[in-house]
Amino acid sequence: MTALLEIKDLVVEFATESGSLRAANAVSYDVSPGEIVAVVGESGSGKSVTALSVLRLIPEPPGRIAGGEILFQGSDLLALDDEAIRRVRGKSIGMIFQEPMTSLNPVLSIGRQMTEAMRLHLGLSAAQADQRAVDLLKMVGIADPESRLKAYPHHLSGGMRQRVMIAMALSCEPPLIIADEPTTALDVTIQAQILELMKDLCRRLGVALVIITHNLGIVARYADRVNVMYAGSVIERGPAQEIYRHPGHPYTVGLLNSVPRLDRPRGSPLEPIPGNPPDLVSLPPGCPFQPRCGVATAGCADALPGLEAVAAQHWSACFRSRQVYEGALT
Amino acid sequence: MTPDAALAPAELVARRPSGWSRFATLILADKKALVGLIVLSVLTFAAVFGPLLSPYDPNDMAFDMILGPSWAHPLGTDDLGRDLLSRLIVGTQVSLFVGVSTVTIALAVGVTLGVLAGYFGGWVDHVVMRYIDLQWAFPNFIIAVYLVAVLGTGLVNVIVAISLAFVDDFARIARGMVLSIKQEQYIAAARTVGASNFRIMWRHILPNATAPIIVQATVSVSYAILGEASLSFLGLGVEASTPTWGLILAESRSFISRAWWLGIFPGLAIMLTVLSINFLGDALRDFLDVRESRSL
Repeated sequence: MTALLEIKDLVVEFATESGSLRAANAVSYDVSPGEIVAVVGESGSGKSVTALSVLRLIPEPPGRIAGGEILFQGSDLLALDDEAIRRVRGKSIGMIFQEPMTSLNPVLSIGRQMTEAMRLHLGLSAAQADQRAVDLLKMVGIADPESRLKAYPHHLSGGMRQRVMIAMALSCEPPLIIADEPTTALDVTIQAQILELMKDLCRRLGVALVIITHNLGIVARYADRVNVMYAGSVIERGPAQEIYRHPGHPYTVGLLNSVPRLDRPRGSPLEPIPGNPPDLVSLPPGCPFQPRCGVATAGCADALPGLEAVAAQHWSACFRSRQVYEGALT
Repeated sequence: MTPDAALAPAELVARRPSGWSRFATLILADKKALVGLIVLSVLTFAAVFGPLLSPYDPNDMAFDMILGPSWAHPLGTDDLGRDLLSRLIVGTQVSLFVGVSTVTIALAVGVTLGVLAGYFGGWVDHVVMRYIDLQWAFPNFIIAVYLVAVLGTGLVNVIVAISLAFVDDFARIARGMVLSIKQEQYIAAARTVGASNFRIMWRHILPNATAPIIVQATVSVSYAILGEASLSFLGLGVEASTPTWGLILAESRSFISRAWWLGIFPGLAIMLTVLSINFLGDALRDFLDVRESRSL
């Protein structure tokens, strides 16, 4: 199956006072039609920057897409002019942000914000767009949608606003939706509802979904495949269940050990990953995780490991990935 | 943030009043705004029908000079024997027109410049801001005097001069608002649905910036009326045959010790107008702020 979205060796740099910062350092991942792909990593790992680059929303300056390709349905998004990329935004790729509290304009009614994309991209009349907005709100489980159109964002709770954001992202039936930490700002019970809703809608409508998150629980339950990012690169990729059970990179192992899990004995301590993420302005020559890695060897500081297959459809960028995968190092 | 509002039953929601009736409710509840509206309505009426309402011809020098207020001349007569009430009524038109039109022009030009500067930044911002700095270095009134001196006197030139003098105030406020609003996530969200720059500025940023702009506009109407008065005072206003509040006030100067009414009444007219506009401006700002609306 050909990929819907294919990011190839994307390099994004930000000019800072202490020099050029590589927020994305040769990032590659792909998304097939209808697939749910998770991108996992700490703050500053480059996961959001990569996603924003897809819609060309990196502020330039100080940001700059310094290299690579982003192929969407076969055409390079980085080569489009402003007019053309605007037709992609919302129409072909929808986006859902982290903070539903701040992603809706406080002075515009819900209806006006929801119908904007439809009127821009689908050429609907005001009445048609309103009708479709009502249908969409119904679909995302909002009661009494007709009167909600006249409501303003401060009349809605956080969970309802995120539902509105999901409805907006779906409004033009894009083949791909990117959700940047869609549930981080919501409380736990609402998180599950929203994720269920997103998964269910994407499956039903055949929409591919990229979920950017630092929550591995989300990954295990909702994603088909996972890309783990560290210091601006993808360091492990594979099917979600497989990575959860047999991680192939010491960083992924560290992430899994640092979150509470029901399949571990109760009361077993959480193990944080020691140290801090590296300074992206001056990355060391070897593996970026090496200074924090518990299983690093002498060679790890000298050369950068590339992604190597450890199992079918499962890659890891570690010189000792085979041993990590087999659980020989813990 | 009231979670109950989110759960409001449908009937409550459906009874949301229309814009006009909501404005009417707001005005009736707000005594100051009501006073402002009534005074401005009377003034507008006087501005439109002034010549028909005035008891005498404002330029007719038919009466005794410097008569105090009496039944025949409620506000007295001036040094040339003209009826002051008639002159004030006829003068309403020019004074109000100057006040409203200058602010409209200054607001349109200034807000446009400020929004462009704040939104695009870079060289656009530099050019606009350097112009604003330049204008800011001179007092508004000096600029207006200078412009009238260059353009010549007359109603249109006075309006152009005063509005240009106010452009920088609006530009600075609009730019500041845009600089902070454009960082908001909902602007990024608007971009992700494919909205153009123009659309984002007009539909998404500007509605969030109305409150301080309205406040500035109501204050500026006051200053514009006073500005016209000051220009007239210096003989740089509208033609001398047209009575305006400022002109009447200016002429009263020489007789201030003998005829208090010549200065007090045009001053009161200006003050009343300015006050009413400020009251109404406050109400308008509350009306436009949807964030204040509690439930639907």
